[in-house]
Amino acid sequence: MASLVGSRVERKEDKKFLTGKGRYTADINIANQTYAIFVRSPHARAQIKKVDTSKALKSSGVVSVLTGKEIAEDKIGGLIAGWAIRSEDGSEMKVPNNPPLANEFANFVGEPIAVVFAESLDEAKAAAEKVEVDYKVLKAVVDPAKAMDSEPIHKDVDKNLCYDWLLGDRKAVDEAFAKADKIIKVDLINNRLVPNAMEPRACVVDYNTATEEITLYTTSQNPHLSRLVMSAFGNVAPENKLRVVAPDVGGGFGSKINVYNEEIVCSWASKKIERPIKWVAERTESFLTDTHGRDHVTHAELAVTKDGKFLGFKNETIANLGAYARVFGTVTPTYLFGPCATGVYVIPAAYSNVKAVYTNTAPVDAYRGAGRPEATYTIERLVEKAAMELGIDKTEIRMKNFPSQFPFKQTLVHTVDSGDYVAGLEKAKQMADYAGFEARRKKSEANGKLRGIGVSSYFEACGIAPSAAVMSLGCGVGLWESAEVRFNPTGQISVFTGSHSHGQSHDTTFAQIAADELGVPMENIDVVHGDTDKSTFGMGTYGSRSLTVGGIAIVNACKKIIAKGKRVAAKMLEVSPDEIEFKDGEFVALKSNKKKTIGEIAFACYVPGQRDEMKSPIPEGDEPGLIESAFYDPPNFSFPAGSHICEVEIDPDTGNVKVEKYTAVDDFGRIVNPNIVEGQVHGGLAQGIGQALYENTQYDETGQLMTASYMDYTMPRADNFPEFNLGFTCTHATSNPLGVKGCGEAGAIASPPTVMNAVIDALGGQEITMPATAEKVWKACKAMKKSNAKAA
Amino acid sequence: MKTFSYHSPKDVKEASKLASSSSMFLAGGMTSIPSMKLGMATYKDVIDLKKIKKLSGIKVSSKTVTIGATTKHAEVAASKDVQKAIPALAKLAGNIGDAQVRNRGTIGGSISNNDPSACYPSACMALNAVIHTNERKIEANKFFKGMFETALKKGEIVEAVEFQIPEKADYQKHPNPASRYAIVGVFVAKHKDEVNVAVTGAKSCVYIDKDLSKKLSSDFSSSAIEGIELDDSEMNSDMHASAEYRANLVSLYAKKAVEAC
Repeated sequence: MASLVGSRVERKEDKKFLTGKGRYTADINIANQTYAIFVRSPHARAQIKKVDTSKALKSSGVVSVLTGKEIAEDKIGGLIAGWAIRSEDGSEMKVPNNPPLANEFANFVGEPIAVVFAESLDEAKAAAEKVEVDYKVLKAVVDPAKAMDSEPIHKDVDKNLCYDWLLGDRKAVDEAFAKADKIIKVDLINNRLVPNAMEPRACVVDYNTATEEITLYTTSQNPHLSRLVMSAFGNVAPENKLRVVAPDVGGGFGSKINVYNEEIVCSWASKKIERPIKWVAERTESFLTDTHGRDHVTHAELAVTKDGKFLGFKNETIANLGAYARVFGTVTPTYLFGPCATGVYVIPAAYSNVKAVYTNTAPVDAYRGAGRPEATYTIERLVEKAAMELGIDKTEIRMKNFPSQFPFKQTLVHTVDSGDYVAGLEKAKQMADYAGFEARRKKSEANGKLRGIGVSSYFEACGIAPSAAVMSLGCGVGLWESAEVRFNPTGQISVFTGSHSHGQSHDTTFAQIAADELGVPMENIDVVHGDTDKSTFGMGTYGSRSLTVGGIAIVNACKKIIAKGKRVAAKMLEVSPDEIEFKDGEFVALKSNKKKTIGEIAFACYVPGQRDEMKSPIPEGDEPGLIESAFYDPPNFSFPAGSHICEVEIDPDTGNVKVEKYTAVDDFGRIVNPNIVEGQVHGGLAQGIGQALYENTQYDETGQLMTASYMDYTMPRADNFPEFNLGFTCTHATSNPLGVKGCGEAGAIASPPTVMNAVIDALGGQEITMPATAEKVWKACKAMKKSNAKAA
Repeated sequence: MKTFSYHSPKDVKEASKLASSSSMFLAGGMTSIPSMKLGMATYKDVIDLKKIKKLSGIKVSSKTVTIGATTKHAEVAASKDVQKAIPALAKLAGNIGDAQVRNRGTIGGSISNNDPSACYPSACMALNAVIHTNERKIEANKFFKGMFETALKKGEIVEAVEFQIPEKADYQKHPNPASRYAIVGVFVAKHKDEVNVAVTGAKSCVYIDKDLSKKLSSDFSSSAIEGIELDDSEMNSDMHASAEYRANLVSLYAKKAVEAC
């Protein structure tokens, strides 16, 4: 039987999504539901002196109005930071209290203060306008670079500093820098981004007064983790009385990892008012309150020899956490960033120093790539600049510093199990026609245009593991996954997973791998996820971990099915289990060549007997039925890598940047479904190129979000991109039995430096910050013209 | 969105009668509906003009192109008659917003709203348009009064826009990458006796750049305005573009438009 893993199987999800049969949280309605509208702070920083709900309570159709006072009285816990990070001096990070409804202080525009429940949405909105909040407006802290010199916004958080973290060896770095022929320096801003999932956040809560069970339908990337957090930290309900369902979810990109204020408030309130509740965010609320991404200010240096060998690396970064530390907020700029900052290179000495600060802006958390795009941008800008300053070809300088063998022990943390960075870059050069670039540059020049080429070579660390290692670094939970493979008596199979699909196509990918393991057609397999009452435990889907962790749990559960199947087949075929071979869905007795299909075995497991003869197919010590489960905790991260090459053409008159060619060569280990992987790369590239050229989240000095709609926040569109030129190299991961590596974030990690390197190349090396908007580029072109004229 | 009464009159007279100080005429709704949804505008009565047949359609004579107020941008863009008579106008309509906007948004709605970065007002100014309302005829240069402000009185409804067919014309736009409104849009029209350079997006209201128009009237070539530095003191400066950049774009796109004529 041909292997399904590796083939371009059509997505099982397509019919559902393309014909409008998806079922999202906003599609769910419960009889007798009320509608929630949140009263949000219009100020970035203010003391809440009084909240008067009396007029709102009298408003038409209002069921209840609740505030931070009631939620505090009921001892409902606040939102949490999932990772405890320690400062260089050994002190623990400083985390302010983050109540679900702000009670004393509002710390960003959009922070919920109160909530109105009414019989209709219109009535809820009308009543929300009647909630009177008496604010004392305080001076907001907005700029992360100035946060440490500003008035502290939280009690007990001196200098607005959450932590001052160090990874690496300052002394070794100083020694390496002392030996260098040249020090390359960059000052970078990693622009703040709004994740912009197509589906806004929403929740529907149904409280059953008889069973006292709360059912929460929500837009989550990780329903089990949400339940755990709400139960253990939120004190909303014990886990057995809280069912979290994340049905179809329209994109997350990290912004739907967190358990948000609205989910906690509505779950708590549903029990309090004994009515179902529905809340659906409007797009403005998404802009204001979804966790944002990136927002780093970095100074970094690379020590090099004159022939282009790297000796040492260091970065000093200020990371903006926003108003509060959230689930992955504190780890994103530390352990997801620092260890990757030395990139794909052998660099004998390195350190990464990050100061994380609080500001009166929306909380910043994981966003596609989370820390690794920031790391890759830092090192790849340095490497490109080193090539330029040393007069060495930009691909040659990279090749010169790639590791020569694997496993590759990196400077700071990771031991990369497998890869071939040279092969990736060679392939990218060939696919991009790197050698022909000068001719194309001249052609552009003849048309009055500036053409640039940029390269970046990246690796990333995803599928964070093992649990013992991540917990030793401060993670509050383990990062395993689990699966159950359940045969029905008539042979169809349900695969239960703790991972969650919100665009990743798990229904297809997981069915492909299970079908291969079990030797059955994938049509016989249904993947079940997203419901804590149905699916197995899991930590959810983020950080490119679902296939490398959740997928392997499925493989391991399948292996247990086969092991039991062998024992049953052996008994039925009257041989010993080690004489049975399983192949293409059949258990074969090697000597007699007698067979039982896996379907026959499943049937026998559930219907264990026959007429006229007292004979069971179930071996002694085994149980009837054919269901197996497995937990999987990988021994290491997975380390996808690759090289991307971009060519841009700039119109110096307007500053418009056109991405002319984009080549991405990635190593994702074994690829299960090329269609789906290419889709993931396309999506990641769109977001990464968006960061480099278009997207920018801007607050004014009072903390008002100026880019709070699509009129002002530029999302890239299809006509901003060329046709992507994708290639793959494949070195199998050694840390898992399928040899797979994560693929979801790579596009967004590699592309910002690739594009910016191309833009800066076209501008003759002039530094420019992201996003490289037309006006910025136009100004750089003017400066270039001036300096060229001077030189002439 | 706050509740309102919806009216769908059959003729202009009835529509005009329904108007009050708290009413709004609805055409394509591309600006008014988002404003209402965001709570930036509330009305007691919304008077939908789309069912008034007389307001839609395109008529071309030897000297003019007349477009009914509720004619959609996509209809103007696709009209063979407009493409033949004033290709620049069809091109302008075909590049407004996106496909969804072009299939709902209307010319009457666009000019009545007079967004400082809308495309159509520049065509009206450059093509010496006459705005036909239910009460009178208004010349374009008297119609656009300021930011989101027109000569229209309460209850006055735009019925059609009559454009003068030029000898040559072109429209060039630098779209805002987010909204795709014009950061700057320049409409150049060469008539028998004059050249009009109308600019949108650059200032608080569409205007004729007199300097550029004069230079091109005496010499209709891009070299006539090569290197011209425009006064940017009244130009918009916001997070999308500085006044300096806008000034550069106006002269650049005027040149490009002349070259494309």
